[in-house]
Amino acid sequence: MKFGVVVFPGSNCERDCYHVVKNVLGQESKYLWHKDRDLGGVDVLIIPGGFSYGDYLRAGSIARFSPIMEEIIRFAKRGGLVIGICNGFQILVESGLLPGALMVNKNLKFICEDVYLRVETTDTPFTRLFRKHEVVKMPIAHKEGNYFAPPDVIKRLEDEERVVFRYSTPDGEIAEDANPNGSVNNIAGIVNEGRNVLGMMPHPERMAEKILGGDDGKKVFASLLEVF
Amino acid sequence: MKEPEVTPQLAEELGLKREEYERILSILGRKPNYTELGIFAAMWSEHCSYKSSRKFLKRFPTSGPQVIQGPGENAGVVDIGDGLAVVFKMESHNHPSYIEPYQGAATGVGGILRDIFTMGARPIANMDSLHFGELDFPRMKFLVEGVVAGIGDYGNCVGVPTVAGETYFEKEYNYNILVNAFTLGIAKKDKIFYGRASGPGNKVLYVGSRTGRDGIHGATMASEEFSEDTEEKKPTVQVGDPFTEKLLLEACLEVMDKDLIVGIQDMGAAGLTSSSFEMAGRAATGMILHLDRVPVREEGMTPYEIMLSESQERMLIVAKKGKEEEVKKIFEKWDLQAVEIGEIIEEQVIRGYFKGEKVFELPVKPLTEEAPVYDRPRKKPLYLEEVKNLDPLPEPEDYEKIIKQLIIRPNIASKRWIYRQYDHMVQINTVIRPGGDAALLRIKGTEKYLALVVESNARYVYLDPLEGSKWIMAEAAVNLACVGARPLAITDCLNFGNPEKPEIMWQFEQSVEGISQACEVFETPVVSGNVSFYNETNGKPILPTPAIGMVGIKEGMKKVPQNYFAGEGNSIYLLGSSPLSIAGSEYLKMLTGEIKGELPSLNLELIKNSVEALIELWNRGIIESSHDISEGGAAIALLEMTFGKKIGFMVKLPKDIRKDFFLFSEVPGKILVEVKKGNAEKVIEVAEKWKIPLTFLGTTGGERAIVEGVFDLSINEVFHLWDSALEKTLTA
Repeated sequence: MKFGVVVFPGSNCERDCYHVVKNVLGQESKYLWHKDRDLGGVDVLIIPGGFSYGDYLRAGSIARFSPIMEEIIRFAKRGGLVIGICNGFQILVESGLLPGALMVNKNLKFICEDVYLRVETTDTPFTRLFRKHEVVKMPIAHKEGNYFAPPDVIKRLEDEERVVFRYSTPDGEIAEDANPNGSVNNIAGIVNEGRNVLGMMPHPERMAEKILGGDDGKKVFASLLEVF
Repeated sequence: MKEPEVTPQLAEELGLKREEYERILSILGRKPNYTELGIFAAMWSEHCSYKSSRKFLKRFPTSGPQVIQGPGENAGVVDIGDGLAVVFKMESHNHPSYIEPYQGAATGVGGILRDIFTMGARPIANMDSLHFGELDFPRMKFLVEGVVAGIGDYGNCVGVPTVAGETYFEKEYNYNILVNAFTLGIAKKDKIFYGRASGPGNKVLYVGSRTGRDGIHGATMASEEFSEDTEEKKPTVQVGDPFTEKLLLEACLEVMDKDLIVGIQDMGAAGLTSSSFEMAGRAATGMILHLDRVPVREEGMTPYEIMLSESQERMLIVAKKGKEEEVKKIFEKWDLQAVEIGEIIEEQVIRGYFKGEKVFELPVKPLTEEAPVYDRPRKKPLYLEEVKNLDPLPEPEDYEKIIKQLIIRPNIASKRWIYRQYDHMVQINTVIRPGGDAALLRIKGTEKYLALVVESNARYVYLDPLEGSKWIMAEAAVNLACVGARPLAITDCLNFGNPEKPEIMWQFEQSVEGISQACEVFETPVVSGNVSFYNETNGKPILPTPAIGMVGIKEGMKKVPQNYFAGEGNSIYLLGSSPLSIAGSEYLKMLTGEIKGELPSLNLELIKNSVEALIELWNRGIIESSHDISEGGAAIALLEMTFGKKIGFMVKLPKDIRKDFFLFSEVPGKILVEVKKGNAEKVIEVAEKWKIPLTFLGTTGGERAIVEGVFDLSINEVFHLWDSALEKTLTA
């Protein structure tokens, strides 16, 4: 399977995603430059974390005007698989591929730490290797990860089982004190209507090898291999 | 625009002493113009010239089979095998951070990052050593918040993890905080780049951000004491842009990878001045510079301002002949400018032109290697005798109360509130994260791991600069061994008061001697470093604060070396030995409010053996965890070992000792190790082989921390006290 990792000026997790896809999963991996329009025939697009365009104005708000974004939108609308992680999630939201917005964390600070997530649905190409309501551990590292959407949008997301991950306690309880950033209903990751575009604040690529403290994140990528 | 007339008074205002001005007149055989005077003032400032310290820094051991490049370049380079090298350095940004904490700290990180990638290395780890004043001192919480946010925002954005650090709080830093930043990068051993302007005829390129009026006189500001007019110095602090830094990093590494350049250097302190003179100095060449070609941010900038601006995220590059266009193209790809501003000449002078008119002409050597060097007078400070006298301290009755007080003190409490704001995982190499004895990073594609630690307990150095500096070195070495790594080399950041005072210079000389002696024992040459003098306000100096950044290497990974109890029913041993003393301890400070006592001298050879034993124990995977005894003593170290997995302990103290001395002594050289029943014999053998004492203390297990007959505490309760104390104090 062929993965493309999109590089914007200011991306800084592209090498991490590339490493996991290539060296941990043994799949083909290539970088896609933001000024390019050619997606190089990839099966999956990863929009990695970082600070695209320095996060000036608003996280992800400038990246969406890059030439490659038009192609990514076209790719996604045709059903192509897209994962946006952290800043990638912010870009997907800014570009309208996913609903809602990511606001500044409720404590107004950057937070880098492991969090527990409850897997809310296995009915996506990204989570089929998990068990429903399995509790997994992955780190977050962001200042703007406080997910917000109006009540009707949240209701629709929940009714359609499009909330993929929620911040939880180690026992899987969706509690306020397990919510690191103030996200509505502890939402950590969602998919689009077509279920082919995933946006998530936690970093699965940082928990894909046991030596780094766990490999729960590997399943997000490995699930995709089952698709083809 | 009319420039001020050059007079001895003007020279003095720019920080030049009368005799230094006389020396300039005799070097040039004429009066310098304003721009030339500014260049002299910057290059001869303490910050750029090391004029007070240079004589003493020669004492440092700087060579060894592992050293590829020692001090004198932008950073040190050390061979780690497999065709790879690590490049690292530590630098201070104290004065700017006190004036404007957020930008001061951020640009400190930016500057040290550039020192590393300018050598062709991709930065893979940051650390920081922070010294603040007391948290209830006016403005101090604001400084802490600002510095931490500044370090975080810059490193996080560039994508370099901050993997370890240290933070101290002490009243001696109330008026002069310390912000020392360390960066380590990794490069192919045969692809190191240097700050050398070689090859007459080669073109000089200016790359990165435009030049503005920010930071002019930064280097001279950093070479003066502080007084009440600190607020007025805000314009001397630079403003950072980590996004541009990230682009600059990628573009520089790309032109290096494609082998398009001859030399490169960051425009750090004293900007274009220091980069051009230093590069020419190292290559024994000269340069022609056309200052009107330098991209500027503001209209009407003068040659003086262009030469002395400290605008951030700029580099000076000497391109290979015929490769200039390719270099420019790569910078264009990253949306950055690369402008040809001059060329290398054989004659060792730098000539600056502005719109065709020559605006300065200065010889290179007198500004670089022939800059003034002082052998300043030294005198043993009087306080040293006084602090030795420790009034008798009664043994406490209620140890539980003492521990609960000790564990919430800012110097002891968890620093999670700080490191949580730093991305410490990006680049996915971090095996042991902040909170460990040292950080441990894997090196992808090899079986090797890098260990990093920064260490600087200034109380010890204050009480005895020679011995205290050895203590710091010993602690750093033991920290690395606790994660299974062998010390390889060090960098240092020597923060002291006014060197024109003989007592300060005496502290400095003694400290350098102590570090050097320890370097010889641990076989860790000094490969780079930085001196920060004039850390005084209104005549009151900080504690003498040498900070050591030590780098080590671990081969293979049988078991991840954690510093918390791994299981129940395991034995706890004390490995190594050192005298029991509460001199300079947090315990003593808490009870008496004083930094006092006579430091017992360390047996460094014995500690070196303990380091070797610990490395062997981890290499063979026959211990479950290890943690060194340092701030707070054995009591705090034991408690910290319970926090990771919430596993308690039951320990019995040796007989015939003073219990509080045993529990709160911070003298380095003692390590707690956890051993599974079946491995005890093997561990004893290792200790015997290295001829170091091994003392059985007790066993792990349960939910309580128990020292028989002394204290019995709930580990959950103690954990919450320790974990939340700093945040509570800062947000109160």
